[in-house]
Amino acid sequence: MPLVKRGRIVADPYVRVVDDAPVADDVAVILPAARFLADAAELAQRAAPTGVLWPNDRRVADLAWLDRLALVALAFPSFRDGRAYSQARQLRERYGFGGELRATGDVLRDQFLFFIRAGFDSLEVRKDADAAAFAEAVGRYSVFYQPSADGRASTARQRLLPRPERNTAETAQAARSAAAFADSN
Amino acid sequence: MYLYDELDRTLVAERVGEFRDQVARRLSGELTEDEFKPLRLMNGVYLQLHAYMLRISIPYGTLSSEQLRMLAHVARRYDRGYGHFTTRQNIQFHWIKLEELPEAMADLASVGMHGMQTSGNNVRNITTDQWAGVATDEIEDPRVWAEVIRQHVTLHPEFSFMPRKFKIAVGASAHDRAALRIHDMALRLHRNGAGEAGFEVMVGGGLGRTPFLAKTIKPFLPQRDVLSYVEAVLRTYNQFGRRDNAWKARIKILVHDLGVEAFAKEVEAEWQSMKDGALALDPAVFAEIAARFRYPAYERLEDGPPALAQGRRADRRFDSWMGNAVANHKVPGYAIVTLSLKPQGGTPGDATAEQMQAIADLAERYSYGEIRVGHEQNLVLPHVAQRDLAALWRALDGLGLATPNVGLVSDIIACPGLDYCSLANTRSIPVAQEIASRFRNLDVARDLGRLHINISGCINACGHHHVGHIGILGVEKNDEEFYQITIGGRADEDARLGALIGPAVRYAEVADVVEDVVAAYLELRERPQETFPQVVQRTGIEPFKERVYAAR
Amino acid sequence: MTSPLQQKLKITGPVVVTANRLSDGAVVYRRVDGDWATALADATVTTSAAVAQELLAAAKSDRLRAVDPYVAPVKVAADGRVQPGNLRESIRSGGPTIELPATG
Repeated sequence: MPLVKRGRIVADPYVRVVDDAPVADDVAVILPAARFLADAAELAQRAAPTGVLWPNDRRVADLAWLDRLALVALAFPSFRDGRAYSQARQLRERYGFGGELRATGDVLRDQFLFFIRAGFDSLEVRKDADAAAFAEAVGRYSVFYQPSADGRASTARQRLLPRPERNTAETAQAARSAAAFADSN
Repeated sequence: MYLYDELDRTLVAERVGEFRDQVARRLSGELTEDEFKPLRLMNGVYLQLHAYMLRISIPYGTLSSEQLRMLAHVARRYDRGYGHFTTRQNIQFHWIKLEELPEAMADLASVGMHGMQTSGNNVRNITTDQWAGVATDEIEDPRVWAEVIRQHVTLHPEFSFMPRKFKIAVGASAHDRAALRIHDMALRLHRNGAGEAGFEVMVGGGLGRTPFLAKTIKPFLPQRDVLSYVEAVLRTYNQFGRRDNAWKARIKILVHDLGVEAFAKEVEAEWQSMKDGALALDPAVFAEIAARFRYPAYERLEDGPPALAQGRRADRRFDSWMGNAVANHKVPGYAIVTLSLKPQGGTPGDATAEQMQAIADLAERYSYGEIRVGHEQNLVLPHVAQRDLAALWRALDGLGLATPNVGLVSDIIACPGLDYCSLANTRSIPVAQEIASRFRNLDVARDLGRLHINISGCINACGHHHVGHIGILGVEKNDEEFYQITIGGRADEDARLGALIGPAVRYAEVADVVEDVVAAYLELRERPQETFPQVVQRTGIEPFKERVYAAR
Repeated sequence: MTSPLQQKLKITGPVVVTANRLSDGAVVYRRVDGDWATALADATVTTSAAVAQELLAAAKSDRLRAVDPYVAPVKVAADGRVQPGNLRESIRSGGPTIELPATG
């Protein structure tokens, strides 16, 4: 299962730890959520990076010790289950998580751009062919209507940039409604 | 109507390119049907009984003549010469080939049309009132807000794989012509005590197996907060909506299970954390979008030109149409014209390519190039000068688009049903046709007054039968078509769900039953102006039940 | 849990295996020679659950040509003519029961 990080297929430095298996001090690990929460204080002493696999049916508000984490992995049990997109955005935008945010599970090419826009910067891609086509997949769109966790300029922002050649004539009604809105704000 | 800018056009073109690639990967086997199905649904492509069905988005039911001509082209080139206007202000084509879809979509993209998010577990077409922008009772044009929200939710990375679909409606008048309360979320523009415009936010409406009317979770939301609040509702739904059972996955179930207060609290907490962030609506952003809404340069005309009254006196059929299909416009000297797509013997909501072409031409001539689609599956020409009504009527009459039955018993709302749809249990179109035939006498229809019959061929309720004055739901029993009858539903500001009057009846009996129900209404009403739903409210369903089931 | 491909099929009369053609969504019927027919008259009809099972399995693995195959009932008249076995199959085989809007 290739790991795509920042647009390139890379080796995965992290080891998934299952249940109560011992955790070596010098190995980057991804721990199950319960394990991480229980041992967080102790794990803070580790030299190597620590990551957690957070289930998609738990609030990210419950993910304590976020500042101790180098990586948070979120889960897509099926590509149709989009809960982790919300979790990703909350981690990035509300809680300011700056570490590696990884998508795991049913990670497919046609959702690559959604993952990136939601704030993921690494993807455990299910199919080799999809991983190879990463650049093509995320390069498909240049226009994004809404602001999201990736910081790409939304159309709102783009449209407000000065465009000297634009015809700014407005109909009277449009001007009135715009003025009314501005007045009430 | 809204004019696309370069960014809007580019997005649609990029979407066409992506879908072309996805179709190719499906046809080559690189994508399985399981992987491809949600992708094609997100472009409005269903696999139905006989062929693929393409549902094209008509944002808030507004079309230009150019766009309607393109729909005629799609009907001719890629389909069998006709299309079907839906209860969500969209259009469907029933005979599409998958391998031709990329071409069809490229054609549609050339006039800013697409099928994005007309299906799939995302935010669907945002609907409004088909008289938006010209109605006499609205506080402002709701379509501008629908467009602001439409852009926000289009290809939204967080809300493309929700538990289920999410339907939004926007209204701006006390009289609800957009069926707000049957939507997952409804936003009703109104003024507060200080005269400021804001939204009443209602959540949790929806029909189907467990119908609910939407409940108010925020009585007054300032306009500047609409995007952040919509975001908070969608995020709450995305995270907590049920995913274990498709029949329990809509937001209405979540609202019901949590309770309105708890649900509202959850949304409020989410909203408070983001309301002053990037989604706080900058007036300049709003103004930019509003500026691309074009309104006609209306002439200064007098109301009631004398020739019009003369014309009405001279021609009884014209007079009848004027009294039925023409409504008051907010600009003096103008009128709102409804084109009935419910002719005798026709399929409710269908129009041929020739009719579409002709309507596009008439719109250009008489309606500043603009057409509307209503959720009752009729079309509207929203900007007709009163002095042009006679000429317009003659043209429409020749095209079979002037049946004066708008809002009457034969203006039946029906889903495509088992004749087309793979989800259906029973047929609905021939049932509609038989009922309409029983009430083909226009004097009878006029005497009955406003009477909405809604027919759904299955529990998915695309015909909105729950909120019909008379609702008809097809169910299957031992491979035979049976129909449950409900009465007393309403889709307006006094929205109600209809009540079942008794056991399901056979296909051959439905029209007889409807005649009995109507006969009961005529006997029970205290005066001609007492409408069908008013009578049901007053008498309850017992007298109707007795009448229908006494001899059965 | 047995895979759907191995679950025993129970049939109570003559059946065909039918699906929609991938390319254009047209109704098609499986033939024992591995092909798909557009006319019900050309379909392979069987009263054997085992044969139906095989036809269905073969149809399901034919992912590039057909979508969502399933077993559908048919009626066989005394003269051997095959008719659809229920209303849904009648409509799939014969098209909508209503007149399509006139064009031209």
